[in-house]
Amino acid sequence: MTLQAWETTTCSATETRELGRIFGRLAEAGLVVLLSGQLGAGKTCFAQGVGDGLGVAPSSPVTSPSYTLLNIHQGRFPLYHFDLYRLAQVDDLADLGYDEYAEGEGLTLVEWADRMSGSLISSLEVAIESLGGDRRRLHFTARDDRGGELLGQLVRKWTAVDISS
Amino acid sequence: MLTLCIESSCDETAAAVIRDGRNILSNIVASQVDVHARYGGVVPELASRKHVEAVSVVINAALEEAGVSLSEIEGIGVTRGPGLIGALLVGISTAKAMAWALDIPLVAVHHMEGHILAPFLEDPPEFPFLALAVSGGHTHLYRVDGIGHYRIIGQTLDDAAGEAYDKVAKLLGLGYPGGALIDKLAGQGRPDAIVFPRPMLHRPNFDFSFSGIKTAALQYVEKVDKEIDDQHRADIAASFQEAMVEVLTLKTLRAATQEGLERIVVAGGVACNSGLRRRFQELAGKQGGRIYFPSPSLCGDNAAMLGVPANYYLEHGQHADTKLNAISSWPLDMVGVI
Repeated sequence: MTLQAWETTTCSATETRELGRIFGRLAEAGLVVLLSGQLGAGKTCFAQGVGDGLGVAPSSPVTSPSYTLLNIHQGRFPLYHFDLYRLAQVDDLADLGYDEYAEGEGLTLVEWADRMSGSLISSLEVAIESLGGDRRRLHFTARDDRGGELLGQLVRKWTAVDISS
Repeated sequence: MLTLCIESSCDETAAAVIRDGRNILSNIVASQVDVHARYGGVVPELASRKHVEAVSVVINAALEEAGVSLSEIEGIGVTRGPGLIGALLVGISTAKAMAWALDIPLVAVHHMEGHILAPFLEDPPEFPFLALAVSGGHTHLYRVDGIGHYRIIGQTLDDAAGEAYDKVAKLLGLGYPGGALIDKLAGQGRPDAIVFPRPMLHRPNFDFSFSGIKTAALQYVEKVDKEIDDQHRADIAASFQEAMVEVLTLKTLRAATQEGLERIVVAGGVACNSGLRRRFQELAGKQGGRIYFPSPSLCGDNAAMLGVPANYYLEHGQHADTKLNAISSWPLDMVGVI
């Protein structure tokens, strides 16, 4: 089953991370996923879950790349964790070697992707919206077949989790 | 030994000439602070391209200010990682080419190793000591038993402390650099006006988490539906600073106690924060320990700090060859291993 778009609400950072973890377990090498949402929305929190699901060791914690711009973690395959918070133009992204990573054999996660809206090719976009307190609305949009496939699997797994708990 | 040091791991391109790993003859940083300010904290033209333009300029300036010629340089130290590969490679390629052309040894240095050894350029502590490395990109606690002997005791699990400072500064409509502006404004506010969370403070381990304090500040500002006046802004800054300083100082001092260490080095850009310095001095005085802070010019990213480990590795023959490559992810306890 492929899915073009899906939305869900999480009630805590733990739940957002859990959704990320399931996503990370399902993800395949070579995917590009764009994350957007305002300050404190939980982009890094979701990314931490993805890292966990990919099998990134706790000794290499997935932290915010806002200053470092790119953090690389080794899991089942590499996680290239970009953050565009401090970037101003698309040229800067090229300067970081973005294309080589994005076309490589890892999972590329890009925080603050909306700062370069329209210029990044991806399989999936995740927009996180704060509903106040710890509640978050996550909007998933597939951008190609691989993204649609992954989203379909994610929804199946996540719904199963919801029912069993 | 006269050492030329080159640093280009993140935003800054820097070069320095250091004698015997102890005396700073020059310390040049091609600071981009002015450029940052114009774009509200955003880096307009970043990393490799900027480093390529700046690297020979800062090296020439460092030699000139030190009053030494290239032929007098006896070794070169360069940051190998962690950082952006493209940025690191500018420094590494330059260092390799110079070492080869001058037929002098080259040594590779870890960026954070430079930061935590910076006090050796001014007021050397004795080993062993505890080091808190705290900046925009890092918040780590290390046990340091000697040069090249580091153990990670704790680290941030989400945002670095400096990043939380800069993001909250942006939230309050302050300019750049955010950390320094919050520090200044905090002096005019009440630190007990708002109670922000102290994440991980009561956990038995020494890891940090600052994302929660940042989000709490955001939620507080969003909840205030009237215009935030100057006094209110100062109160938010002071209360935020209080939460940050309390977590950083208490966890660090607790780690020192557990490790049985009396000396603490606080290094990195956030080590310039006056509130943090004051609290550390107060608390360390009570605990009977001693705190070492580098001068502000040695807190932010710079090349002089590389001189301490570079000189040591040169003297001990731990040379790199022309195959030296950059490492983007390089935990400090892996120095000497990879």
